Amino acid sequence: MADSLRDKVAIVGVGCSQFGENWSAGPEDMIVDAAFDAYADAGIDDPQRQIDAVFCGAVYPSRGTAEVAEALKLFDIPITLVQNYCATGTDAFRCAALAVAAGMHDTVLVVGFDKPKDRGVSGPSVAFTSNRGLPMTPAGWFSLCAARYFETYNVGRVELAKIAVKNHHNGTLAPKSMLKREITVDDVLNARMISWPFGLYDCAAQSDGAAAVIVSRADRVGRYPRQPVWLKGVAVTLGRNPQSDPDFDFLGWGPTRSAARECYRQAGISDPLRQIDLAQVHDCFTLTELLTYEDLGFCPRGGAKEMIDSGVFHLDGDLPVNTDGGLKSFGHPTGATGVRMLYENTLQLRGAAGARQVPGATTALSHNIGGTPQACGVVILGV
Amino acid sequence: MAGISSYGVHIPRLRMPLSLAQAAAGKPSSAEKALAGSDEDSLTMAVAAAAQCLSGQDRGLVDQLYLVSTTPVFAEKSAAAIAAQALNLHGGVLTVDYGASLKAGAAALRAAVDAVRGGTARAVLVAAADMRTAEPYSAQDLQFGDAAAAFLVTADGPLRLEADCALNRPLFDVWREADAATVRSWEERFVIQHGYHAALGAAVRQLLETQGLRPDAIDAFAAFAPDARSHQELVRRLGLEPARAVDPLFGRVGNCGAAMTPLLLAQALEQARAGDRLLAGFYGDGAHAMSWRLERALAPAPGRIPLARQLAARIPVMSYRTYLQCRGLDVNTPPVDPANGISATVHFREQEADIAFTGARCRGCGTEHFPPTRVCYRCHRRDDFEPAPLAQRGGRVASYTKDHFFPAARSPVVAGMCEVEGGARVYVQMADYNGEPLRVGQPVEFVFRRIHRAGGKPAYFWKSRLPGGAEENHHG
Repeated sequence: MADSLRDKVAIVGVGCSQFGENWSAGPEDMIVDAAFDAYADAGIDDPQRQIDAVFCGAVYPSRGTAEVAEALKLFDIPITLVQNYCATGTDAFRCAALAVAAGMHDTVLVVGFDKPKDRGVSGPSVAFTSNRGLPMTPAGWFSLCAARYFETYNVGRVELAKIAVKNHHNGTLAPKSMLKREITVDDVLNARMISWPFGLYDCAAQSDGAAAVIVSRADRVGRYPRQPVWLKGVAVTLGRNPQSDPDFDFLGWGPTRSAARECYRQAGISDPLRQIDLAQVHDCFTLTELLTYEDLGFCPRGGAKEMIDSGVFHLDGDLPVNTDGGLKSFGHPTGATGVRMLYENTLQLRGAAGARQVPGATTALSHNIGGTPQACGVVILGV
Repeated sequence: MAGISSYGVHIPRLRMPLSLAQAAAGKPSSAEKALAGSDEDSLTMAVAAAAQCLSGQDRGLVDQLYLVSTTPVFAEKSAAAIAAQALNLHGGVLTVDYGASLKAGAAALRAAVDAVRGGTARAVLVAAADMRTAEPYSAQDLQFGDAAAAFLVTADGPLRLEADCALNRPLFDVWREADAATVRSWEERFVIQHGYHAALGAAVRQLLETQGLRPDAIDAFAAFAPDARSHQELVRRLGLEPARAVDPLFGRVGNCGAAMTPLLLAQALEQARAGDRLLAGFYGDGAHAMSWRLERALAPAPGRIPLARQLAARIPVMSYRTYLQCRGLDVNTPPVDPANGISATVHFREQEADIAFTGARCRGCGTEHFPPTRVCYRCHRRDDFEPAPLAQRGGRVASYTKDHFFPAARSPVVAGMCEVEGGARVYVQMADYNGEPLRVGQPVEFVFRRIHRAGGKPAYFWKSRLPGGAEENHHG
């Protein structure tokens, strides 16, 4: 059963809207910006004829598939909405890759988008539709490992702060990022608390945005002008709920481990720290990025502190992580995030990432995890 | 025969320093009153006192539950029915909501004794709780406090009801219309003179007279009082030795309405010796005096937290606004969103888990689950579970966060995973958190609280709480 999409599917075009508090842009505006950016990148001038299907990803859509069809005026082709927590964009991409590899479609558009800033709250809204599970805020869910991890590995808020400082720096180098402001460790430590141990700067900014990629099959990549960026592996898994799993150890997130295992198998990765040149990982909160270093096998369990201190994940380190600023600084429109990471990794692998370019990169990983958290997606691209 | 065999009290941990309510530079003092937290109401406080009362008792024998309050959660709908479920009483329990009168507790106790004497119930649980709200900054604002007390009446209960005397004297002294938020009252001197002293004084004298008792036959006098001065005056007028009057707890708890006499009777029971005669004085549209005789010492209840320890576990609030938020009177707090709230059908399906706090134990591998589920996490066996009651087992902190984002009267809200002793893991908030340092493995108890009121439907669930006697820590 164990098969692989390795080198069967390629990304032939990418696009991204400006991320941020886009008060004057609706979902339609951002979908159009991202998709037409990707059309131009892929040399597509007649999308109704050249796009065979669309997989879109959004967590807070108002209408879903019809929004995308009507924004892009793409009709009479299959358009499917994929929803899988923060792995939504990555899963939409996986569905597109499977459809292309199966031979059912030649060219498929993936559009991830979300418009949380129309909801009238600065953070996630708090719904009182149950009596269990409250406070029911993502910061509350993702901080669940902090107490146990901190006590076990003698780590604290300073290590988390260094991650935020790094991602803020990288965000200043990405033209379409939301935040372009350097911060210091003290800024992070002195910011107001959101949910211990997360202060304001430990949390990704909720933002609006859309991103798009166009995928095609190996036998057709010659028709597109850009260097193809190959899919080496893709995996999406749904793990146990940390709020009810009797065996949860509060030291990391199982879904990342299972998705990475499967993705590494497909891509032939046995030593991720050496074989992967750069990574975009889910930094909804600083601790999520820290645990992800370990869950992805970049370092042993408990080893993140040393790696953070030595700068391994900086832009000039051995394995730069979140080269465009990540969710923290580029922004986090939930459905768009996974697709935005593919946009960044594609630019990096083509050598087109400008001031934040990782020199000579040939293998790039992207990772999302969401829910309480339970849903994870991992993609490896290569040239 | 019938008598009280157990008791329990609940003093909310929050305290309002009375100086916060003394608007015009009142006398500085250490006086305070007990304040129900924003997640407490008459139902949760009654459940807390009843849980104390049932400590070490056989819940299966409780055939009737009377909930007593002038501040019931619902005008239409039984809070007692919810309390019975939260207390894991048997499904055939008869539940009654007593209310309206400040002296309703006497009627409930009398009915409990009658039911057990008459053989219609093996045990009757009576739980009284009140949280009356006074006009902010008024004199009553300095007197009213929130608390609860509960009694278990059984055939062999050693505290026997010897005699009682009820007087009906309707009066517009203190009252609250059904839709009013705060209690109103007539001029104080009239109320005290022609209401309180006239009615309660007469009921006590009449009871002593019919029983042929002199005042010195009373070992402890547990008397309702609107304020400390009136209490002293009543004791003096009745010719009772002041030392025999049970401390009315003004300055610490306050006038806790329908729960006041029950609370003071419980306080007297903590000190009582075999042979003691306890006189309980209830007041409200008349009065009701009850003479109780302790025939032999009550059975010890190691799980019960004594009043002194509950009084010592204090969290003073730092601003009057916190008090107003706890009372739902703060104008800056957004109103309850009527469109939101828990679905009644979802609640219908999940109430055993949410109200009774019952998990599911896999018959195959013993793994406990909360919420209950159909397929075992560990052995994947389907539909082979037995109920696992969690409420009375303590637990330990497994992980936590302090959430400053969640809207609450007191921030941060601690939430996280707890490991119930010997079983399930539960994701719950922590009640009455006051900035204490937290660590993994710390012991907690579980308490029944109101989680929110979204949609105009009070929603109840369980929270963890650091056990009583947690170190005091000023916090607002």
